[in-house]
Amino acid sequence: MNYLPGQTWSSQPAQHHHQFASASYNTDPSAHTSQPIVTGTSVIAIRFKDGVMMATDTLASYGSLARFMDIKRIEKVGENTILGASGDMSDWQYVQHTLDKLMLREQNENDGHILSPSQIYAYLARVMYNRRSKMDPIWNSFVLAGVDPKDGSPFLGYVDLLGTTYSASTIATGFGLHLAQPLLRKAVEGREDQIEEEEAKRILEECMKVLFYRDARSLNRFVIATVTKEGSKISEPYSVPTSWGFAEMLRGYGPQTQ
Amino acid sequence: MTSVAPQKSKSGFDFSNYSRNHFLDGKGLGGFTATSTGTTIVGLIYKDGIVLGADTRATEGPIVADKNCEKIHYISDNIRCCGAGTAADTEFVTALISSNMQLHALHTGRKPRVVTAMTMLKQRLFQYQGHIGAALVLGGYDATGPQLFTVAPHGSTDKLPYVTMGSGSLAAMAVFESGWHKDMEQKEAVDLVVAAISSGIFNDLGSGSNVDVCIIKKDSTEMLRNYVMPNERAKKEQKYGFAKGTTRFTKEHIYSMIQKEDVFEVGSTAPTPAPLPAAAAGAGGEETMDTS
Amino acid sequence: MLGLQPGSSTVVPTSAPVGHRFEPYDSNGGSIAAVCGKDFCIIASDTRQSTGYSIQTRYKPKVFRLNDKATLATNGFAADAEAMVSRIRQRLEWYRHSHGRSMPLHAIARMISTILYGKRFFPYYVYNILGGLDEEGKGAVYSFDPVGSYEREFCRAAGAAQSLIQPFLDNQIMFKNQHSTPEHTVPKPGEMSLPDVLKIVMDSFTSATERHIEVGDGLEMFVVRTPPSAQGEAIGAASVDLKAMGGVEAVGGEDEQEEGAVMVIRRELKKD
Repeated sequence: MNYLPGQTWSSQPAQHHHQFASASYNTDPSAHTSQPIVTGTSVIAIRFKDGVMMATDTLASYGSLARFMDIKRIEKVGENTILGASGDMSDWQYVQHTLDKLMLREQNENDGHILSPSQIYAYLARVMYNRRSKMDPIWNSFVLAGVDPKDGSPFLGYVDLLGTTYSASTIATGFGLHLAQPLLRKAVEGREDQIEEEEAKRILEECMKVLFYRDARSLNRFVIATVTKEGSKISEPYSVPTSWGFAEMLRGYGPQTQ
Repeated sequence: MTSVAPQKSKSGFDFSNYSRNHFLDGKGLGGFTATSTGTTIVGLIYKDGIVLGADTRATEGPIVADKNCEKIHYISDNIRCCGAGTAADTEFVTALISSNMQLHALHTGRKPRVVTAMTMLKQRLFQYQGHIGAALVLGGYDATGPQLFTVAPHGSTDKLPYVTMGSGSLAAMAVFESGWHKDMEQKEAVDLVVAAISSGIFNDLGSGSNVDVCIIKKDSTEMLRNYVMPNERAKKEQKYGFAKGTTRFTKEHIYSMIQKEDVFEVGSTAPTPAPLPAAAAGAGGEETMDTS
Repeated sequence: MLGLQPGSSTVVPTSAPVGHRFEPYDSNGGSIAAVCGKDFCIIASDTRQSTGYSIQTRYKPKVFRLNDKATLATNGFAADAEAMVSRIRQRLEWYRHSHGRSMPLHAIARMISTILYGKRFFPYYVYNILGGLDEEGKGAVYSFDPVGSYEREFCRAAGAAQSLIQPFLDNQIMFKNQHSTPEHTVPKPGEMSLPDVLKIVMDSFTSATERHIEVGDGLEMFVVRTPPSAQGEAIGAASVDLKAMGGVEAVGGEDEQEEGAVMVIRRELKKD
């Protein structure tokens, strides 16, 4: 299997496993193993003038099969935070459930305090690191984005199945780390506080188009989510126009001319 | 692991070295490694021809082996080839095909064609089943117009209007996918190639240093070595000289490297040396050596 | 999956079975170094975090101020480093609550050692360098391996470019392979001035950036010294005006934080 650095899932679901059940590499009962089955591809996100913006497509793949075409990979966590997921979709739904419980518990406290994006991020990062330390990872890469309701400061953070974390003004997971991140850095780095909402949207749409051209597990049907100090919104799924006109002039792969 | 004695292959391929290496590996004597150039190389077709581009970093694992190497290799006057992968393989395979292309041109009396070089390269790489680790971007302008190919290490080829190869290929391709269009002007095309290589340089750890560009048109080839240099080293904080004698030694021997010889033409007497100007003459007529 | 080798008559397995065991570690690149002088210590790192051939972020600190007299540099697997630093910080807070003072440097060093050895069979994949001032106010550097072996030194480099930086420090800080001559006396190690050490540290990292692909983006140098305000007349390292060198005051949350006890100097490194 070809794993790219930063790619934490594979294009092949693990059925082949069974025929090797007796192989010696997995006899330790205390060692958990896991592998992603139904997967989502890249999440991309950037900071802009008024907050943060994030995009994912709506596809969940089963190996190389485009299995579910209308899956939500960005969800709200409270009013000021959004979370985008790539990797295993069942683990993603488990994490949604965990965070729902967390937010409900906090709300029931009724103490006038709501968790800020960076607090939710800290919690999620601990959950991810603890599970990797139990050798039973949650097979996802997450991007958490939000705006602190108190001081209006934007937040953009990454955490994956190893518990690795980082913040940056542009973040991309999976295939997007290789394809989209260079474009995002060129468009955003150093201009975070100048980019208007419209431009931010255009930047993400361009990257989603490039990902659709070159990531075989992607779909030209995606959502864009935005968080500003006014709150968060997730768009309805939509597509962008693509062009394949260059193919008209192509003939073969070598000496062919007709 | 079960190893087997080498067997004569019916296909005509000789893989006896594979078994030998496998055997040595089992004894802990394997691990033949080569310098690999984690690389960004690209090429595109524009209105009047081809633009090729390459970064200039060569690596050995995580160490930078060469900060300014040349990855755009000469094939013929109208054809150039960018190389990624094992440095020695890209250099030797392009040099060999360059040589064979010249012989072919001499033999046929025609200007060489890019498809010829492409076919020679793919046949050689296929013969070696990927063991020649060369990933190439081949471009040129011939009787059939501008031509651009990629050649993968196993010998497969692609013919596309814009291509990228190497560890930075995705970073560069992203730029092409969002910026390329048909019939670009030369300046536009060169700028896009520079942007694609820069994308590799700044986002892929295997690529770095400078941007080399090559423009190939109907009647001209322009090699723009170090066209952009965005990574020059800043001045160091101090100099690191050592006082004479800092390094100890056990033995000292000063060799006399100056030999004085008088040469006489047979059958004649010694020539009288022309008087030296006073300033240039050594003190007391001593031999002097220019060590500048 | 079994692979058939061309030209061989029997089956030679060439690849592991499809699917793989979860690999709980990663290597996130970068490098760290620390050098101490008579009355100061410099702890430095680059700020790039990477995986494979990809840069994850150009700014993620690897050096952490623990208190006024202790700063810790970490390198290796970033998630382990972060978990470890937060454990150390918690232990230091507990210590302050029960003893009413900050834990001294030598005790922090021993504590880090035991924390590391406590995970001997599932180690924190982290190389640590602890720098600061000892109880006599002298500069000190402690270096650790991932399972807790440690020693006190004058200088230490670790991480991706250890093999590039350490020999340079050995030569320039410890004066290894340098011998005195009648005209020129080689100084003793550990007596160099703060500005001179800073220059060597900066050149270490700009040079490592040139020749190691995982080092670059930014440089962060923490300077620990007896703050200028604590003395009547500023002498030694305390008299050096770090603000003029682009020094930024370190942010400290602790009660006894003294102004200028720990300063950070930031520099840009190449981004390719």
